Amino acid sequence: MFYVSVFFQYMAQYMKTKLQYRADLLVEFVSDFMSQAANLVFLLVVFGHTSLLHGWTRDEILFIYGFFLVPYAVFGAFFNIWDFNERYIVRGEMDRVLTRPVHSLFQVILERMELESLLGGVTGMIIMAYAGARLHLSLHWYDIFLFILFVLGGALIYAGVFVSLATISFWSDARTSIMPMMYNISNYGRYPIDIYHRVVRYILTWILPFAFVGVYPASYFLGKKEWYGYAFLTPIMGIIFFAIAVCLWNAGVKRYRGAGN
Amino acid sequence: MDKYLEMIRIRFLMMLAYRTNYYTGILIYAINIAAYYFLWLAIYGGKQTMQGMSMEQMTTYVAISWMARAFYFNNIDREIAMEIREGNVATELIRPYSYLGMKTMQGLGEGIFRLLFLSLPGLFLVALFLPLRFPTDAHTWIFFILSIALSFVINSELNLLAGIVTFFTLNNEGLLRAKRFVIDLFSGLILPISFYPDWAQAVMKYFPFQGISYIPSMIVTESFQGQAIIDGLLFQFVWCALLIIPIRLLWRAAKKRLVVQGG
Repeated sequence: MFYVSVFFQYMAQYMKTKLQYRADLLVEFVSDFMSQAANLVFLLVVFGHTSLLHGWTRDEILFIYGFFLVPYAVFGAFFNIWDFNERYIVRGEMDRVLTRPVHSLFQVILERMELESLLGGVTGMIIMAYAGARLHLSLHWYDIFLFILFVLGGALIYAGVFVSLATISFWSDARTSIMPMMYNISNYGRYPIDIYHRVVRYILTWILPFAFVGVYPASYFLGKKEWYGYAFLTPIMGIIFFAIAVCLWNAGVKRYRGAGN
Repeated sequence: MDKYLEMIRIRFLMMLAYRTNYYTGILIYAINIAAYYFLWLAIYGGKQTMQGMSMEQMTTYVAISWMARAFYFNNIDREIAMEIREGNVATELIRPYSYLGMKTMQGLGEGIFRLLFLSLPGLFLVALFLPLRFPTDAHTWIFFILSIALSFVINSELNLLAGIVTFFTLNNEGLLRAKRFVIDLFSGLILPISFYPDWAQAVMKYFPFQGISYIPSMIVTESFQGQAIIDGLLFQFVWCALLIIPIRLLWRAAKKRLVVQGG
């Protein structure tokens, strides 16, 4: 209960600071939208030349892309830990965080919250609605709950991988470019998994499970029965990967000695 | 002239000091190339050619355009924006060299560094896994080198333009990000221009973007032959010259209304 109230207080502060700079906010929306538009244009142009991509139609691929954007937006809004090393370890901000009676990861997440990323999720849902309508997908009453469950699972997978990477800073404070590399790998999850080589498919399923963010859960809604098993694994994978990340984080915090000043 | 060569050298050495960062850079580019390779493989789906390009040519196109990006890509727009925000631009302006010239030379120093330490080893790595086919004709290589040099000029000019716009807006993080996506998309990096619908191709003829990636990549994959190569190089050359005009005009206006924040 205490954590919930802390969450809302951070949120209120966040709103106040953001609304001070409305022009920046608008610019951020537009540039986020542009990055999604670039991917959409790629898909639309490519499907001007072919009707099937490894057995997937244009609308199915659009649907997967739209779905991918939703967990990705949730992740982007709450797990903005790209600069964890510089901001918290090198500058010693972690000292301040650790003096407070709330779990350190929870604080770091809330301090770096960027709720405007959620708008990307709205774009994703619009794309899904468009593609879904053209595919005449039929929905059950319980699909909305599965959708929420899959979105949370996908966001937790993302969070698990990136929080785990951030914890590297506890052991070595050298700057690494592993995060941007992982970001590029995560983009593989936007497309149907079966277009990739066997090895890549295995990695995306079990080692860096980004396929659970896009194609696996989306194929449940597309009625692709052969992927149902994987789709239902999504929340479980999310919990496992996030739990690993939290364990790594706790172990890292124990080792943390401060940048010294 | 000497001082500009020195700027290239200094920036090169600066980058050399941080070269470990670039080993992951090679992997990032390889990951992107592989992603597009798989996508194109699925898109071709057994077809022999699409828009006159074979799968082999497309693979080479993807690999070369990403590795060429490492050369022409630079952050001088961001650097200019930062120097304005922090007020350093005032001291730069009183020094005895052209500020924009210096920025371009720093970009070139960075480009040469990445060419040697990212593009070449990266291309070698990618060639181990993917079926690339490099041209054997020496002329193609000469045209390609010329073309890639012009790519650098066009891209740097656009970066300078975007950087100068910061003089007027003071905060243009969003603008710079948007510019990057426009260039990725319309330069032909992620998709050859010949795949776009005809109307879009017609519109893009009036913009400099395809001179950044599409033209050099088409030359090196030998998708352009004869007259097409000459036309492409001319297109790049004309844009190199044309872009100087807005840079000059905006730069003159910018210097007049320069506000140094707490400089």
